[in-house]
Amino acid sequence: MMPFESIFLIYLVSAICFILGLRGLSSPQTARRGNFLSMSGMALCLITTLIVAPGRNDVGILSALILAAVIGIYTAWRIKLTALPQMIALLNGAGGLSSLLVGTAQILRHQAHTFDTSVGIITGAVVFSGSLIAFLKIGGWYRLKRSNFSNILNILIAAALIFYWVRFSIDDSVTTACLMIASALILGITLTLPIGGADMPIVISLLNAASGFAAAGIGFSLTNILLIITGALVGAGGMILAFVMCKAMNKNIFKIFFASQTPAQSVADNSRQARTASISDVAFLLQNAQKVIIVPGFGMAAANAQYALFNLSSVLQKKYGVEVKFAIHPVAGRMPGHMNVLLIEAKVDYQQVFSMEEINPDFETADVAYVIGANDITNPAAQTDPSSSLFGMPILEVYKAKTVVFVKRSLAAGYSGADNPLFFTQNTLMLYGDAKQITEEIIADLGTK
Amino acid sequence: MIFLLLVNIFIFALLIGYYAVQNVTQALHSPLMSVSNAISGVVIIGALWMAAVADTFNVQELVSLLAVFFAGLNIFGGFAVSERMLKLFKKKDKD
Repeated sequence: MMPFESIFLIYLVSAICFILGLRGLSSPQTARRGNFLSMSGMALCLITTLIVAPGRNDVGILSALILAAVIGIYTAWRIKLTALPQMIALLNGAGGLSSLLVGTAQILRHQAHTFDTSVGIITGAVVFSGSLIAFLKIGGWYRLKRSNFSNILNILIAAALIFYWVRFSIDDSVTTACLMIASALILGITLTLPIGGADMPIVISLLNAASGFAAAGIGFSLTNILLIITGALVGAGGMILAFVMCKAMNKNIFKIFFASQTPAQSVADNSRQARTASISDVAFLLQNAQKVIIVPGFGMAAANAQYALFNLSSVLQKKYGVEVKFAIHPVAGRMPGHMNVLLIEAKVDYQQVFSMEEINPDFETADVAYVIGANDITNPAAQTDPSSSLFGMPILEVYKAKTVVFVKRSLAAGYSGADNPLFFTQNTLMLYGDAKQITEEIIADLGTK
Repeated sequence: MIFLLLVNIFIFALLIGYYAVQNVTQALHSPLMSVSNAISGVVIIGALWMAAVADTFNVQELVSLLAVFFAGLNIFGGFAVSERMLKLFKKKDKD
Protein backbone atom coordinates (compact mmCIF):
# COMPACT_ATOMS: atom_id res chain seq x y z
CA MET A 1 0.00 0.00 0.00
CA MET A 2 1.20 3.43 -0.96
CA PRO A 3 2.19 5.73 1.87
CA PHE A 4 -0.17 8.56 2.69
CA GLU A 5 2.30 11.20 1.47
CA SER A 6 2.43 9.89 -2.09
CA ILE A 7 -1.36 9.74 -2.37
CA PHE A 8 -1.43 13.31 -1.15
CA LEU A 9 1.09 14.37 -3.81
CA ILE A 10 -0.75 12.59 -6.60
CA TYR A 11 -3.96 14.33 -5.56
CA LEU A 12 -2.08 17.62 -5.71
CA VAL A 13 -0.95 16.86 -9.27
CA SER A 14 -4.58 16.19 -10.19
CA ALA A 15 -5.63 19.48 -8.67
CA ILE A 16 -2.97 21.29 -10.71
CA CYS A 17 -4.22 19.57 -13.86
CA PHE A 18 -7.70 20.90 -13.12
CA ILE A 19 -6.43 24.45 -12.55
CA LEU A 20 -4.41 24.49 -15.78
CA GLY A 21 -7.25 22.77 -17.60
CA LEU A 22 -9.77 25.43 -16.62
CA ARG A 23 -7.24 28.10 -17.50
CA GLY A 24 -6.89 26.54 -20.96
CA LEU A 25 -10.61 26.90 -21.52
CA SER A 26 -10.26 30.67 -21.68
CA SER A 27 -9.38 30.71 -25.36
CA PRO A 28 -10.42 28.58 -28.35
CA GLN A 29 -6.81 27.75 -29.23
CA THR A 30 -6.03 26.09 -25.90
CA ALA A 31 -9.49 24.87 -24.97
CA ARG A 32 -9.16 21.33 -26.18
CA ARG A 33 -5.82 20.90 -24.47
CA GLY A 34 -7.52 22.23 -21.33
CA ASN A 35 -10.19 19.58 -21.53
CA PHE A 36 -7.56 16.91 -22.09
CA LEU A 37 -5.56 18.09 -19.07
CA SER A 38 -8.67 18.02 -16.89
CA MET A 39 -9.47 14.51 -18.08
CA SER A 40 -5.94 13.38 -17.31
CA GLY A 41 -6.17 14.88 -13.84
CA MET A 42 -9.41 13.01 -13.26
CA ALA A 43 -8.02 9.73 -14.59
CA LEU A 44 -4.96 10.10 -12.37
CA CYS A 45 -6.83 10.57 -9.12
CA LEU A 46 -9.47 8.01 -10.04
CA ILE A 47 -6.98 5.26 -10.84
CA THR A 48 -4.82 6.06 -7.83
CA THR A 49 -7.80 5.83 -5.53
CA LEU A 50 -8.98 2.58 -7.13
CA ILE A 51 -5.55 1.08 -6.54
CA VAL A 52 -4.91 2.26 -3.00
CA ALA A 53 -8.38 2.11 -1.45
CA PRO A 54 -8.76 -1.08 0.55
CA GLY A 55 -10.55 -3.20 -2.03
CA ARG A 56 -13.44 -4.98 -0.44
CA ASN A 57 -15.99 -4.00 -3.06
CA ASP A 58 -14.01 -3.99 -6.26
CA VAL A 59 -16.64 -5.73 -8.35
CA GLY A 60 -19.39 -3.38 -7.25
CA ILE A 61 -17.23 -0.29 -7.75
CA LEU A 62 -16.06 -1.30 -11.19
CA SER A 63 -19.56 -2.18 -12.36
CA ALA A 64 -20.89 1.17 -11.12
CA LEU A 65 -18.08 2.97 -12.94
CA ILE A 66 -18.49 1.10 -16.20
CA LEU A 67 -22.25 1.55 -16.18
CA ALA A 68 -21.80 5.29 -15.55
CA ALA A 69 -19.23 5.56 -18.34
CA VAL A 70 -21.42 3.76 -20.87
CA ILE A 71 -24.56 5.75 -20.08
CA GLY A 72 -22.73 9.08 -19.72
CA ILE A 73 -20.67 8.87 -22.88
CA TYR A 74 -23.48 7.41 -24.97
CA THR A 75 -25.87 10.20 -23.94
CA ALA A 76 -23.24 12.88 -24.45
CA TRP A 77 -22.59 11.79 -28.02
CA ARG A 78 -26.20 11.21 -28.97
CA ILE A 79 -27.90 14.24 -27.49
CA LYS A 80 -28.83 17.17 -29.74
CA LEU A 81 -26.89 20.27 -28.78
CA THR A 82 -30.15 22.25 -28.61
CA ALA A 83 -30.83 20.15 -25.51
CA LEU A 84 -27.43 20.96 -24.00
CA PRO A 85 -28.86 23.04 -21.12
CA GLN A 86 -31.05 20.12 -20.05
CA MET A 87 -28.12 17.74 -20.19
CA ILE A 88 -25.93 20.06 -18.12
CA ALA A 89 -28.73 20.48 -15.60
CA LEU A 90 -29.06 16.70 -15.23
CA LEU A 91 -25.29 16.17 -14.92
CA ASN A 92 -25.19 18.86 -12.27
CA GLY A 93 -27.97 17.10 -10.45
CA ALA A 94 -26.01 13.84 -10.60
CA GLY A 95 -22.99 15.59 -9.05
CA GLY A 96 -25.13 17.05 -6.28
CA LEU A 97 -26.78 13.70 -5.62
CA SER A 98 -23.38 12.07 -5.37
CA SER A 99 -22.23 14.54 -2.70
CA LEU A 100 -25.47 13.93 -0.86
CA LEU A 101 -24.94 10.16 -0.97
CA VAL A 102 -21.29 10.29 0.13
CA GLY A 103 -22.32 12.42 3.09
CA THR A 104 -25.13 10.01 3.89
CA ALA A 105 -22.73 7.08 3.83
CA GLN A 106 -20.58 8.90 6.34
CA ILE A 107 -23.52 9.60 8.60
CA LEU A 108 -24.49 5.92 8.47
CA ARG A 109 -21.02 5.04 9.70
CA HIS A 110 -21.38 7.58 12.48
CA GLN A 111 -17.95 8.85 11.67
CA ALA A 112 -19.08 12.16 10.25
CA HIS A 113 -17.92 15.49 11.56
CA THR A 114 -21.55 16.44 11.78
CA PHE A 115 -21.10 20.10 10.98
CA ASP A 116 -18.98 19.98 7.82
CA THR A 117 -20.60 16.81 6.52
CA SER A 118 -23.90 18.65 6.76
CA VAL A 119 -22.59 21.46 4.55
CA GLY A 120 -21.80 18.99 1.78
CA ILE A 121 -25.07 17.11 2.24
CA ILE A 122 -27.28 20.20 2.31
CA THR A 123 -25.62 21.81 -0.70
CA GLY A 124 -25.70 18.53 -2.59
CA ALA A 125 -29.39 18.03 -1.85
CA VAL A 126 -30.32 21.57 -2.91
CA VAL A 127 -28.30 21.17 -6.12
CA PHE A 128 -29.90 17.81 -6.83
CA SER A 129 -33.54 18.82 -6.50
CA GLY A 130 -32.90 22.30 -7.92
CA SER A 131 -31.24 20.85 -11.01
CA LEU A 132 -34.11 18.46 -11.61
CA ILE A 133 -36.57 21.36 -11.52
CA ALA A 134 -34.29 23.42 -13.78
CA PHE A 135 -34.21 20.47 -16.17
CA LEU A 136 -38.01 20.31 -16.26
CA LYS A 137 -38.32 24.07 -16.70
CA ILE A 138 -35.81 24.34 -19.53
CA GLY A 139 -37.68 21.59 -21.33
CA GLY A 140 -40.76 23.80 -20.93
CA TRP A 141 -42.63 21.19 -18.94
CA TYR A 142 -43.21 23.31 -15.94
CA ARG A 143 -44.23 26.85 -15.50
CA LEU A 144 -45.23 28.66 -12.33
CA LYS A 145 -45.67 32.33 -11.73
CA ARG A 146 -43.70 33.92 -8.95
CA SER A 147 -45.69 35.10 -5.96
CA ASN A 148 -45.01 36.46 -2.52
CA PHE A 149 -46.22 33.14 -1.24
CA SER A 150 -43.12 31.43 -2.59
CA ASN A 151 -40.89 33.88 -0.71
CA ILE A 152 -42.58 33.05 2.58
CA LEU A 153 -42.41 29.34 1.79
CA ASN A 154 -38.69 29.59 1.04
CA ILE A 155 -38.01 31.34 4.32
CA LEU A 156 -40.03 28.78 6.30
CA ILE A 157 -38.25 25.85 4.72
CA ALA A 158 -34.87 27.49 5.13
CA ALA A 159 -35.68 28.02 8.81
CA ALA A 160 -36.62 24.33 9.19
CA LEU A 161 -33.41 23.37 7.44
CA ILE A 162 -31.27 25.45 9.79
CA PHE A 163 -33.12 24.05 12.78
CA TYR A 164 -32.42 20.44 11.77
CA TRP A 165 -28.86 21.28 10.84
CA VAL A 166 -28.14 22.68 14.28
CA ARG A 167 -29.97 19.81 15.95
CA PHE A 168 -28.06 17.25 13.91
CA SER A 169 -24.76 18.89 14.83
CA ILE A 170 -25.71 18.28 18.45
CA ASP A 171 -27.49 14.89 18.49
CA ASP A 172 -25.86 13.10 15.49
CA SER A 173 -28.99 11.00 14.97
CA VAL A 174 -29.96 9.43 11.67
CA THR A 175 -33.58 10.57 11.99
CA THR A 176 -32.58 14.21 12.35
CA ALA A 177 -30.26 13.79 9.38
CA CYS A 178 -33.15 12.48 7.29
CA LEU A 179 -35.30 15.47 8.23
CA MET A 180 -32.40 17.78 7.38
CA ILE A 181 -31.94 16.15 3.97
CA ALA A 182 -35.68 16.29 3.30
CA SER A 183 -35.82 20.02 4.07
CA ALA A 184 -32.81 20.64 1.83
CA LEU A 185 -34.43 18.73 -1.04
CA ILE A 186 -37.65 20.69 -0.65
CA LEU A 187 -35.73 23.98 -0.48
CA GLY A 188 -34.04 23.18 -3.78
CA ILE A 189 -37.46 22.70 -5.34
CA THR A 190 -39.13 25.78 -3.90
CA LEU A 191 -36.15 28.00 -4.73
CA THR A 192 -35.99 26.94 -8.37
CA LEU A 193 -39.67 26.49 -9.13
CA PRO A 194 -40.68 30.17 -9.45
CA ILE A 195 -37.70 31.17 -11.60
CA GLY A 196 -38.51 31.99 -15.21
CA GLY A 197 -36.98 30.59 -18.36
CA ALA A 198 -34.93 33.64 -19.27
CA ASP A 199 -33.20 33.57 -15.87
CA MET A 200 -32.04 30.01 -16.51
CA PRO A 201 -28.48 30.97 -17.58
CA ILE A 202 -27.98 32.47 -14.11
CA VAL A 203 -29.61 29.55 -12.32
CA ILE A 204 -27.57 26.95 -14.19
CA SER A 205 -24.37 28.83 -13.39
CA LEU A 206 -25.32 29.02 -9.72
CA LEU A 207 -26.21 25.34 -9.56
CA ASN A 208 -22.89 24.56 -11.20
CA ALA A 209 -21.09 26.63 -8.57
CA ALA A 210 -23.08 24.98 -5.79
CA SER A 211 -22.21 21.48 -7.00
CA GLY A 212 -18.58 22.51 -6.59
CA PHE A 213 -19.19 23.79 -3.09
CA ALA A 214 -20.97 20.55 -2.22
CA ALA A 215 -17.89 18.58 -3.27
CA ALA A 216 -15.72 20.93 -1.22
CA GLY A 217 -18.00 20.37 1.78
CA ILE A 218 -17.51 16.62 1.46
CA GLY A 219 -13.78 17.33 1.14
CA PHE A 220 -13.83 19.04 4.53
CA SER A 221 -15.56 16.14 6.21
CA LEU A 222 -13.24 13.56 4.64
CA THR A 223 -10.18 15.81 5.09
CA ASN A 224 -9.42 15.42 1.41
CA ILE A 225 -7.61 18.38 -0.14
CA LEU A 226 -8.33 17.31 -3.71
CA LEU A 227 -12.06 17.63 -3.13
CA ILE A 228 -11.60 20.95 -1.36
CA ILE A 229 -9.42 22.51 -4.06
CA THR A 230 -11.48 21.19 -6.95
CA GLY A 231 -14.76 22.11 -5.33
CA ALA A 232 -13.50 25.66 -4.75
CA LEU A 233 -12.31 25.93 -8.38
CA VAL A 234 -15.67 24.85 -9.75
CA GLY A 235 -17.46 27.08 -7.27
CA ALA A 236 -15.42 30.12 -8.28
CA GLY A 237 -15.91 29.40 -11.99
CA GLY A 238 -19.66 29.00 -11.61
CA MET A 239 -19.90 32.19 -9.57
CA ILE A 240 -18.00 34.15 -12.21
CA LEU A 241 -20.38 32.95 -14.90
CA ALA A 242 -23.35 33.76 -12.70
CA PHE A 243 -22.05 37.31 -12.19
CA VAL A 244 -21.41 37.78 -15.90
CA MET A 245 -24.98 36.66 -16.58
CA CYS A 246 -26.39 38.91 -13.87
CA LYS A 247 -24.53 41.90 -15.24
CA ALA A 248 -25.83 41.13 -18.70
CA MET A 249 -29.38 41.18 -17.35
CA ASN A 250 -28.86 44.03 -14.91
CA LYS A 251 -30.07 41.86 -12.05
CA ASN A 252 -28.60 40.91 -8.76
CA ILE A 253 -28.38 37.31 -7.69
CA PHE A 254 -30.47 37.81 -4.60
CA LYS A 255 -33.37 39.20 -6.60
CA ILE A 256 -33.59 36.17 -8.86
CA PHE A 257 -34.57 34.02 -5.92
CA PHE A 258 -36.46 36.35 -3.67
CA ALA A 259 -37.85 39.55 -5.11
CA SER A 260 -41.39 39.15 -6.30
CA GLN A 261 -41.48 40.33 -9.83
CA THR A 262 -44.35 42.51 -10.88
CA PRO A 263 -44.88 42.04 -14.57
CA ALA A 264 -44.51 45.25 -16.50
CA GLN A 265 -47.82 46.73 -17.46
CA SER A 266 -47.76 46.88 -21.17
CA VAL A 267 -49.65 49.94 -22.23
CA ALA A 268 -52.06 48.69 -24.81
CA ASP A 269 -51.73 51.27 -27.52
CA ASN A 270 -53.63 49.97 -30.48
CA SER A 271 -52.99 53.06 -32.56
CA ARG A 272 -49.48 51.85 -33.24
CA GLN A 273 -49.04 49.62 -36.22
CA ALA A 274 -46.13 47.33 -36.81
CA ARG A 275 -45.09 47.07 -40.45
CA THR A 276 -45.29 43.58 -41.82
CA ALA A 277 -43.03 42.54 -44.66
CA SER A 278 -43.23 39.74 -47.18
CA ILE A 279 -40.55 37.11 -47.70
CA SER A 280 -39.46 38.65 -50.99
CA ASP A 281 -39.24 42.16 -49.45
CA VAL A 282 -36.78 40.85 -46.90
CA ALA A 283 -34.88 38.78 -49.46
CA PHE A 284 -34.54 41.90 -51.60
CA LEU A 285 -33.28 43.93 -48.66
CA LEU A 286 -30.76 41.28 -47.65
CA GLN A 287 -29.27 40.72 -51.09
CA ASN A 288 -28.76 44.44 -51.67
CA ALA A 289 -27.19 45.07 -48.28
CA GLN A 290 -23.50 45.67 -47.72
CA LYS A 291 -23.54 44.38 -44.19
CA VAL A 292 -26.04 42.17 -42.38
CA ILE A 293 -25.93 41.33 -38.70
CA ILE A 294 -27.87 38.28 -37.56
CA VAL A 295 -29.10 38.35 -33.96
CA PRO A 296 -30.27 34.94 -32.72
CA GLY A 297 -32.15 34.32 -29.48
CA PHE A 298 -33.70 31.36 -27.73
CA GLY A 299 -36.32 31.18 -30.50
CA MET A 300 -33.59 30.09 -32.88
CA ALA A 301 -32.74 27.09 -30.70
CA ALA A 302 -36.40 26.31 -30.12
CA ALA A 303 -37.07 26.24 -33.88
CA ASN A 304 -33.74 24.53 -34.65
CA ALA A 305 -33.04 27.32 -37.15
CA GLN A 306 -29.25 27.46 -36.84
CA TYR A 307 -28.59 25.39 -39.96
CA ALA A 308 -30.94 27.55 -42.00
CA LEU A 309 -29.13 30.62 -40.69
CA PHE A 310 -25.80 29.22 -41.78
CA ASN A 311 -27.20 28.59 -45.26
CA LEU A 312 -28.62 32.11 -45.37
CA SER A 313 -25.28 33.59 -44.39
CA SER A 314 -23.35 31.57 -46.96
CA VAL A 315 -25.79 32.40 -49.78
CA LEU A 316 -25.54 36.09 -48.91
CA GLN A 317 -21.76 35.99 -48.72
CA LYS A 318 -21.03 33.83 -51.72
CA LYS A 319 -23.74 34.86 -54.14
CA TYR A 320 -24.22 38.51 -53.26
CA GLY A 321 -20.96 39.45 -51.53
CA VAL A 322 -22.74 40.64 -48.39
CA GLU A 323 -20.72 40.88 -45.19
CA VAL A 324 -22.53 38.75 -42.58
CA LYS A 325 -21.89 38.80 -38.86
CA PHE A 326 -23.60 37.10 -35.94
CA ALA A 327 -24.25 38.99 -32.70
CA ILE A 328 -24.86 37.12 -29.46
CA HIS A 329 -26.08 38.63 -26.23
CA PRO A 330 -24.49 37.01 -23.14
CA VAL A 331 -27.82 35.71 -21.89
CA ALA A 332 -29.33 34.65 -25.20
CA GLY A 333 -30.65 31.12 -24.80
CA ARG A 334 -30.98 28.99 -21.70
CA MET A 335 -27.36 28.56 -20.64
CA PRO A 336 -24.21 30.67 -20.99
CA GLY A 337 -22.71 30.44 -24.48
CA HIS A 338 -25.43 28.14 -25.80
CA MET A 339 -26.04 30.15 -29.01
CA ASN A 340 -22.34 30.13 -29.86
CA VAL A 341 -22.15 26.36 -29.65
CA LEU A 342 -25.27 25.88 -31.76
CA LEU A 343 -24.03 28.22 -34.50
CA ILE A 344 -20.63 26.60 -34.58
CA GLU A 345 -22.21 23.17 -34.77
CA ALA A 346 -24.14 24.45 -37.81
CA LYS A 347 -20.74 25.20 -39.39
CA VAL A 348 -20.75 28.95 -38.83
CA ASP A 349 -17.15 30.14 -38.49
CA TYR A 350 -16.64 31.20 -34.87
CA GLN A 351 -14.63 34.20 -36.03
CA GLN A 352 -17.85 35.46 -37.58
CA VAL A 353 -19.66 35.33 -34.25
CA PHE A 354 -19.34 38.35 -31.98
CA SER A 355 -20.20 39.19 -28.41
CA MET A 356 -22.23 42.21 -27.41
CA GLU A 357 -19.29 44.53 -26.67
CA GLU A 358 -17.58 43.62 -29.92
CA ILE A 359 -20.56 44.06 -32.18
CA ASN A 360 -22.46 47.04 -30.78
CA PRO A 361 -20.35 49.69 -32.59
CA ASP A 362 -21.05 47.78 -35.83
CA PHE A 363 -24.81 48.25 -35.91
CA GLU A 364 -24.54 51.86 -37.06
CA THR A 365 -22.97 50.76 -40.33
CA ALA A 366 -25.18 47.71 -40.80
CA ASP A 367 -27.86 47.79 -43.45
CA VAL A 368 -29.98 45.02 -42.01
CA ALA A 369 -30.21 43.57 -38.51
CA TYR A 370 -31.92 40.19 -38.84
CA VAL A 371 -33.32 39.43 -35.37
CA ILE A 372 -34.50 35.86 -35.09
CA GLY A 373 -36.27 34.52 -32.02
CA ALA A 374 -35.01 37.31 -29.76
CA ASN A 375 -36.81 40.25 -28.23
CA ASP A 376 -35.87 41.66 -24.82
CA ILE A 377 -32.15 41.69 -25.58
CA THR A 378 -32.78 44.20 -28.38
CA ASN A 379 -35.33 46.37 -26.58
CA PRO A 380 -34.20 50.03 -26.74
CA ALA A 381 -36.48 50.84 -23.79
CA ALA A 382 -33.66 49.34 -21.69
CA GLN A 383 -31.63 52.43 -22.57
CA THR A 384 -34.27 55.11 -22.90
CA ASP A 385 -37.29 54.36 -20.72
CA PRO A 386 -36.69 54.42 -16.95
CA SER A 387 -40.20 53.05 -16.37
CA SER A 388 -39.47 49.86 -18.32
CA SER A 389 -38.76 46.73 -16.32
CA LEU A 390 -35.73 46.20 -18.53
CA PHE A 391 -34.23 49.63 -17.88
CA GLY A 392 -30.49 49.41 -17.32
CA MET A 393 -30.00 46.05 -18.99
CA PRO A 394 -27.28 46.13 -21.64
CA ILE A 395 -28.74 45.41 -25.07
CA LEU A 396 -27.66 44.72 -28.62
CA GLU A 397 -28.19 48.07 -30.30
CA VAL A 398 -29.99 46.73 -33.36
CA TYR A 399 -32.10 49.91 -33.59
CA LYS A 400 -29.05 51.67 -35.01
CA ALA A 401 -29.12 49.53 -38.14
CA LYS A 402 -30.73 50.99 -41.24
CA THR A 403 -33.45 48.33 -41.23
CA VAL A 404 -34.37 45.88 -38.52
CA VAL A 405 -36.12 42.66 -39.48
CA PHE A 406 -37.80 40.76 -36.68
CA VAL A 407 -38.63 37.11 -37.30
CA LYS A 408 -41.11 36.29 -34.57
CA ARG A 409 -44.10 34.14 -33.95
CA SER A 410 -46.24 37.07 -32.86
CA LEU A 411 -46.14 40.66 -31.69
CA ALA A 412 -46.32 39.50 -28.07
CA ALA A 413 -44.01 40.94 -25.45
CA GLY A 414 -40.84 39.06 -24.59
CA TYR A 415 -40.27 37.02 -21.47
CA SER A 416 -39.86 40.15 -19.35
CA GLY A 417 -43.35 41.25 -20.30
CA ALA A 418 -41.96 44.59 -21.42
CA ASP A 419 -43.25 46.19 -24.58
CA ASN A 420 -40.68 46.53 -27.34
CA PRO A 421 -41.09 49.98 -28.94
CA LEU A 422 -38.75 48.91 -31.70
CA PHE A 423 -41.57 46.90 -33.31
CA PHE A 424 -43.39 50.09 -34.15
CA THR A 425 -40.67 52.29 -35.58
CA GLN A 426 -40.40 53.22 -39.22
CA ASN A 427 -37.31 51.20 -39.98
CA THR A 428 -38.59 47.93 -38.51
CA LEU A 429 -40.16 45.13 -40.54
CA MET A 430 -41.92 42.20 -38.95
CA LEU A 431 -42.01 38.68 -40.37
CA TYR A 432 -44.37 36.41 -38.50
CA GLY A 433 -43.84 32.69 -38.39
CA ASP A 434 -41.53 29.86 -37.47
CA ALA A 435 -37.88 30.99 -37.41
CA LYS A 436 -36.59 28.05 -39.41
CA GLN A 437 -39.35 28.01 -41.99
CA ILE A 438 -39.14 31.76 -42.66
CA THR A 439 -35.38 31.65 -43.05
CA GLU A 440 -35.64 28.73 -45.47
CA GLU A 441 -38.24 30.59 -47.50
CA ILE A 442 -35.93 33.58 -47.73
CA ILE A 443 -33.10 31.33 -48.91
CA ALA A 444 -35.40 29.82 -51.54
CA ASP A 445 -36.34 33.29 -52.71
CA LEU A 446 -32.71 34.36 -52.89
CA GLY A 447 -31.80 31.21 -54.76
CA THR A 448 -34.33 31.64 -57.54
CA LYS A 449 -33.21 35.09 -58.60
CA MET B 1 -5.92 23.37 13.59
CA ILE B 2 -6.38 21.02 10.63
CA PHE B 3 -9.76 22.57 9.95
CA LEU B 4 -8.19 26.03 9.70
CA LEU B 5 -5.57 24.70 7.33
CA LEU B 6 -8.30 23.26 5.13
CA VAL B 7 -10.14 26.58 5.19
CA ASN B 8 -6.94 28.25 4.03
CA ILE B 9 -6.59 25.81 1.16
CA PHE B 10 -10.22 26.36 0.24
CA ILE B 11 -9.86 30.13 0.09
CA PHE B 12 -6.66 30.02 -1.95
CA ALA B 13 -8.32 27.61 -4.36
CA LEU B 14 -11.25 29.99 -4.70
CA LEU B 15 -8.86 32.78 -5.64
CA ILE B 16 -6.98 30.58 -8.10
CA GLY B 17 -10.26 29.55 -9.66
CA TYR B 18 -11.28 33.17 -9.95
CA TYR B 19 -8.08 34.16 -11.77
CA ALA B 20 -8.07 31.06 -13.96
CA VAL B 21 -11.56 31.58 -15.30
CA GLN B 22 -11.84 35.36 -15.15
CA ASN B 23 -11.10 36.07 -18.82
CA VAL B 24 -13.00 33.33 -20.54
CA THR B 25 -14.53 34.41 -23.84
CA GLN B 26 -18.26 34.22 -24.30
CA ALA B 27 -17.93 31.64 -27.07
CA LEU B 28 -16.50 29.20 -24.53
CA HIS B 29 -19.00 29.74 -21.73
CA SER B 30 -20.81 26.47 -22.46
CA PRO B 31 -17.69 24.28 -22.69
CA LEU B 32 -16.28 25.93 -19.55
CA MET B 33 -19.46 25.10 -17.72
CA SER B 34 -19.55 21.50 -18.88
CA VAL B 35 -15.87 20.91 -18.08
CA SER B 36 -16.17 22.41 -14.62
CA ASN B 37 -19.31 20.37 -14.21
CA ALA B 38 -17.37 17.22 -15.05
CA ILE B 39 -14.59 18.22 -12.67
CA SER B 40 -17.03 18.64 -9.81
CA GLY B 41 -17.61 14.91 -10.17
CA VAL B 42 -14.29 14.57 -8.32
CA VAL B 43 -16.48 13.85 -5.32
CA ILE B 44 -16.22 10.32 -6.72
CA ILE B 45 -12.96 10.05 -4.81
CA GLY B 46 -14.93 10.41 -1.60
CA ALA B 47 -17.46 7.92 -2.88
CA LEU B 48 -14.72 5.39 -3.71
CA TRP B 49 -13.22 5.65 -0.23
CA MET B 50 -16.62 5.21 1.37
CA ALA B 51 -17.45 2.25 -0.88
CA ALA B 52 -14.11 0.63 -0.13
CA VAL B 53 -14.52 0.77 3.63
CA ALA B 54 -18.17 -0.28 3.69
CA ASP B 55 -19.08 -3.82 4.67
CA THR B 56 -20.48 -5.84 1.83
CA PHE B 57 -24.24 -6.13 1.41
CA ASN B 58 -25.39 -3.34 3.68
CA VAL B 59 -26.97 0.07 3.23
CA GLN B 60 -23.67 1.95 3.35
CA GLU B 61 -22.33 -0.08 0.50
CA LEU B 62 -25.41 0.52 -1.58
CA VAL B 63 -25.36 4.26 -0.87
CA SER B 64 -21.65 4.55 -1.68
CA LEU B 65 -21.98 2.57 -4.89
CA LEU B 66 -24.86 4.77 -5.97
CA ALA B 67 -22.63 7.77 -5.23
CA VAL B 68 -19.88 6.27 -7.39
CA PHE B 69 -22.38 5.74 -10.19
CA PHE B 70 -23.83 9.27 -10.16
CA ALA B 71 -20.46 10.99 -9.82
CA GLY B 72 -19.22 8.77 -12.66
CA LEU B 73 -22.15 9.84 -14.79
CA ASN B 74 -21.24 13.45 -14.06
CA ILE B 75 -17.59 12.89 -14.98
CA PHE B 76 -17.95 10.80 -18.13
CA GLY B 77 -20.97 12.63 -19.46
CA GLY B 78 -19.47 16.05 -18.73
CA PHE B 79 -16.10 15.37 -20.34
CA ALA B 80 -17.65 13.67 -23.36
CA VAL B 81 -20.05 16.49 -24.08
CA SER B 82 -17.25 19.05 -23.62
CA GLU B 83 -15.02 17.16 -25.99
CA ARG B 84 -17.83 17.10 -28.52
CA MET B 85 -18.30 20.87 -28.29
CA LEU B 86 -14.60 21.68 -28.33
CA LYS B 87 -14.07 19.54 -31.43
CA LEU B 88 -16.35 21.96 -33.27
CA PHE B 89 -14.01 24.83 -32.42
CA LYS B 90 -10.99 22.81 -33.47
CA LYS B 91 -12.33 21.98 -36.92
CA LYS B 92 -12.72 25.61 -37.81
CA ASP B 93 -9.11 26.27 -36.88
CA LYS B 94 -7.78 23.97 -39.57
CA ASP B 95 -9.75 25.58 -42.39
